[in-house]
Amino acid sequence: MEQNKVPQDRISTYADNKKAIYATDTSGKYTLVPSSGWEIEEEATLQAVQELERLAREAHSRVAKGEKSTLFFHMYNRRMDLQVLSESTGLFKWRIKRHFRPAVFRKLSRKILTRYCDALGISRELLCSLPPQSDELE
Amino acid sequence: MSWSEAVKTHTDFQHKHFAHCESGVMSLMVSHHGMPLSEAMVFGLSGALMFAYIPFIKLGGMPLIAYRSRPKSIIRGLQKNLGIRMQMHSFSSPEKGMKKLDSLLQQGHIVGAQSSVFWLPYFPPEMRFHFNAHNLIVFGKEGDDYLISDPVFENSQRCPAKDLRKARFVKGMMAPKGLLYYPCGIPDTVDFQRILPTVIRKNARAMLKTPVPIAGVRGIRALSRSIVRLSGKDPREARLFLGHIVRMQEEIGTGGGGFRFIYASFLQEAATILDNNAELEKASRQMTAAGDQWREFALLAVTAIRGRKKSPIPFPALEQKLLEVADAETRVYKNLLGICSR
Repeated sequence: MEQNKVPQDRISTYADNKKAIYATDTSGKYTLVPSSGWEIEEEATLQAVQELERLAREAHSRVAKGEKSTLFFHMYNRRMDLQVLSESTGLFKWRIKRHFRPAVFRKLSRKILTRYCDALGISRELLCSLPPQSDELE
Repeated sequence: MSWSEAVKTHTDFQHKHFAHCESGVMSLMVSHHGMPLSEAMVFGLSGALMFAYIPFIKLGGMPLIAYRSRPKSIIRGLQKNLGIRMQMHSFSSPEKGMKKLDSLLQQGHIVGAQSSVFWLPYFPPEMRFHFNAHNLIVFGKEGDDYLISDPVFENSQRCPAKDLRKARFVKGMMAPKGLLYYPCGIPDTVDFQRILPTVIRKNARAMLKTPVPIAGVRGIRALSRSIVRLSGKDPREARLFLGHIVRMQEEIGTGGGGFRFIYASFLQEAATILDNNAELEKASRQMTAAGDQWREFALLAVTAIRGRKKSPIPFPALEQKLLEVADAETRVYKNLLGICSR
């Protein structure tokens, strides 16, 4: 890619940051060019973020209906899935799935709740409650 | 070539902006220790160029697609190929890991660290995904904040201790286990005339002659076949998969074109060192062309995502583009094998 063709699309996902791109100058020599982003990359990132937000929204409504425990929502709200939550808590997937059942979740010990809190980086009060709507990452 | 052996402290450390985390960290670190190496040289000398498509390993529900060799291979490759010695520490407990970091900083080291991306607060929210093999340099501490040189950011950053601790000690796939590293032995001289042809040859061979059909240029062809198979699946899934490829190629800090431009830059630098080798210079231009084709593929893929329900996804065109990329890369690696086996 040539230096003058490095996209400078000021994409939203960079939040005013720049990434360094390797490109050639007029004499064909490689140089590092700070880029404010390529809209093609932005669309791919936004697609992934929107998918995560969709999952969190769906989880929110299922928890609100009482189908799932609050853990189910907080997992998606932290951009995790069953695999990531299982790896980061060290709990088997089947156990976590059980904990998605509101009746089982209500009876969980402090110890298990703490493991979820550590992995999700939230307090026990928050873990056991459903915030008004899926909030942005702070 | 020889370098001065002056012992430096973090007070004269200079942050720089690079394309990729691991190569950027290593370039900054060895340069700081008196052995100036560009990021492209670090990347090329460690033989990090790769392609792998591993459908049975999933990251966030998506198959693993990598344009470079696996995490930590740049650090290891530099040790092996240049004779740099690295001190590496990982920890069983966060307390020990944070204490060690503080004591290394006190001793005047700049310290490489592996971390998660998600838990670093200075990342824009849109970029925070659960990826645990990010690399950065800690070069100081002020109050409760660590001073961080993250090569994929233009300026140096600050990170509260509790967040850095969380980011260094997440569990799961590629868990960092608090990994810290710094050079403890930099060679006085490096025989580039001997090393460069060897690493280039090895890397080209790895891309051409893999025993498994999912790595190297065979991996690119395998991906093209997978894309064709998507035509029978849910278009929504297909679009997510295409977006995922583009993210692995561009978003994660590859210098553009899935590391192909950074490698082209390396080949150009190598050509200069090897007495202005014109053939290597030509191979660098061919690699640039391959990177450009990867960018064209990304453009096609995202245009297909954008199409939504209105227009069907042009699977044959996407497959064709990937096969062209595979052919273009095959030609470069064959040339490189020819140039570097003499």
